Amino acid sequence: MRVTVRLFARLRDIAGASELSRDTAPGATIGEIWRDLAREFPELAGYERSISTAVNADYARMDRVVSEGDEVAFLPPVSGG
Amino acid sequence: MAIAPRLTRAAQPPRRYTGPVIPLFAIGPSPLEVDRIAAALADAAAAAAGEDGAVVTFLGLVRNHNMGRRVRYLEYEAYEPLALKAFERIAREAGERWPDARLALHHRVGRLHVGEASVAIVVRSPHRAHAYAACRYAIERVKQIAPVWKREFFDGGDVWIEGATANPDDARARAEAERVACA
Repeated sequence: MRVTVRLFARLRDIAGASELSRDTAPGATIGEIWRDLAREFPELAGYERSISTAVNADYARMDRVVSEGDEVAFLPPVSGG
Repeated sequence: MAIAPRLTRAAQPPRRYTGPVIPLFAIGPSPLEVDRIAAALADAAAAAAGEDGAVVTFLGLVRNHNMGRRVRYLEYEAYEPLALKAFERIAREAGERWPDARLALHHRVGRLHVGEASVAIVVRSPHRAHAYAACRYAIERVKQIAPVWKREFFDGGDVWIEGATANPDDARARAEAERVACA
């Protein structure tokens, strides 16, 4: 099952890409996708407690199960305004 | 004796502004046009416009200093579709707390220099107290839950600014924004 991962701000800098395509097992949660990414890019691990997550441009929790083709976004602490 | 031609009245009153109608909520690279945002808000509430007694406008500007650093410019980025939903959510929340207030909210992305506006919020209400409070509430909530980030370029380096972990369901954050708005 394939999902699109979106990364922003410093997370994007760490991974060197704003968008990644990743294979996951059916039934995978956002949290599992995050932990795979953090293994791939160890500098991400420090963000585990401070990120927000979204699926298809709606905020979602880490335990949310994703579906084929979903866009999963990882958002560092925000600083708009 | 010459007869002056009669001027025919237009069926519709002339519109004050021409060009495409701009939305109440927007995020993008274009400079913020606060007059047009205010006009869009007035048009959207045309039926109630006569009841409004106050318009409050807030512009957030790029400041030349931050935490002891001399700021050269900022680069903003956003998860734009989610940012738009966050702005609409903020307006709904403000409407729940101050039912007679209506607001418009635009945010910029891209490189912004010192003195440029990064965010514009316009609020109309029959009462100035509600307009001021809803406007303050909206900017506090932008800083809490809008998926927007600024990278600061200063004399000697650059850094991503990281503020709040965005969680729109965090009731304590929302209560804190209300408290600040009503202080």
